[in-house]
Amino acid sequence: MKVLVPIKRVIDYNVKVRVKPDNSNVDLANVKMAINPFCEIAVEEAVRLKEAGNATEVIAVSIGDKSCQEQLRTALALGADRAIQIEAEGELDSLNIAKLLQKVVEEEQPQLVILGKQSIDSDNNQTGQMLAALTGLAQGTFASEVKIDGDKVNVTREVDGGLQTVALNLPAIVTTDLRLNEPRYASLPNIMKAKRKPLDVKSAADFGIDLSLRTKVLKVTPPAEREAGIVVETVDELVEKLKNEAKVIS
Amino acid sequence: MSILVIAEHDNSTLKAETLKTVAAAQAMGGDITLLVAGSNCQAVADAASKVNGVSKVLLCDNAAYEHQLAENMSLLVTELAADYDHIVATALTTGKNFMPRVAALLDVAQVSDIIAVESADTFVRPIYAGNAIATVQSLDAKKVITVRATGFDAVATDDNASIETIDTVCDAGTSSHVSDELTESERPDLGAASIVISGGRGMQNGENFSLLEGIADKLGAAIGASRAAVDAGFVPNDMQVGQTGKIVAPDLYIAVGISGAIQHLAGMKDSKVIVAINKDPEAPIFQVADYGIVADLFDALPELESKL
Repeated sequence: MKVLVPIKRVIDYNVKVRVKPDNSNVDLANVKMAINPFCEIAVEEAVRLKEAGNATEVIAVSIGDKSCQEQLRTALALGADRAIQIEAEGELDSLNIAKLLQKVVEEEQPQLVILGKQSIDSDNNQTGQMLAALTGLAQGTFASEVKIDGDKVNVTREVDGGLQTVALNLPAIVTTDLRLNEPRYASLPNIMKAKRKPLDVKSAADFGIDLSLRTKVLKVTPPAEREAGIVVETVDELVEKLKNEAKVIS
Repeated sequence: MSILVIAEHDNSTLKAETLKTVAAAQAMGGDITLLVAGSNCQAVADAASKVNGVSKVLLCDNAAYEHQLAENMSLLVTELAADYDHIVATALTTGKNFMPRVAALLDVAQVSDIIAVESADTFVRPIYAGNAIATVQSLDAKKVITVRATGFDAVATDDNASIETIDTVCDAGTSSHVSDELTESERPDLGAASIVISGGRGMQNGENFSLLEGIADKLGAAIGASRAAVDAGFVPNDMQVGQTGKIVAPDLYIAVGISGAIQHLAGMKDSKVIVAINKDPEAPIFQVADYGIVADLFDALPELESKL
């Protein structure tokens, strides 16, 4: 079984972003970039499925300019077999990404597509669900466990009240939650080997999809600053302040 | 203009977040219809009919919607969407699951997790774990929106809308529900609680979370946790507050043994009053805390409990 793993290049999760002074967007110049943490978990899960004998090939795909090849090489170093970069300049929204991925799914015919549940930059949490809709496949979002069971996959999902398990017909779409697994580190020999693994480049324009944006960002501003608080010395003082100053307890 | 709001419920009770989502829909301006799709969910429809600002409740009661599987829900909502300009759901796990599917089926972009409404087509939403706030205009004819409930005040529930039963059955047949493993708790729901007390890695183990329980009971608070505490196995993941867990904005948030990483702050920094209990005076949590106390939590918690 073939597994397709779409990944995204995003700002490193430890970086505190700054909003540009003209409020057009956040400033990404000279900022450390990395593979989106949820996508890393998706790669790890695919590689584990291969190691368990459930998957035969793991294909990583990323959409963006040439710089996302760096993240595809990371995925190859983590154990993906080959990679596809879909060359696209400028902003794309989740729907555009899902439409491009739909074409890749049609071409590659994977049995399972594993995506991260959200990217930590746009925080949309949409692409996997949209891809599932466009391909007509079942979806197991926010997965904390994935078990292949014949022609079905059982996905345990993290939901508001706890956990929910659903059975999906294969092929299916899964999006990862943080609890699914702990991604491995790429070893130096694997990083070297990854350089020789195949990486195909395709042009988004060749897919013949209308990639115009349906949303327009009017402005991006920093969040309201919280005023600095005070440090109290004793628990008594804390309780007194909460009762009489903040009036949040009685 | 007409708005379809999809009710969040568990087939027996209407979730409080729906009342806040209706408030967001009111801000968009238009005639609001509330959809209750589920199985044996008449009680939810009755509760929905009392929600102020709702002109009609649609009740779609069928076994196909019992667990609100995304495959079935998205087909139903997409079919109903023909009559509406805005399709709105709460950004809880159920809504997050089926709404992007609806958007793709309608071939429109979705605006996720809005915290404010500027106009019928312009919305405000946090990005980068809440470290930037984007104002976004939707250019699509139909707007598909999910609402962060903590951004809006609940509407009242003393109205009396009519309930219309619809019998559209959408069963994609590609997925089925196997089981649920829900966390039982007597305490208020984390997302709706007016006071939340959360523990982090500093709690050291799961047993020590009992130190929070006495305080939570006295304050009527819900108990939350940081990702570190969840990952270490101290508590179940549905207690996680943060960018990837639950977003809360209670009147009082007490962070115990939590350093205050970006991802945690994303889930709680809109709380009205933040209290930090941490023995590390350099912990970033003190930069957002209204009241901080630099102390060992194992001393401070029992004392706090006794003084409440």
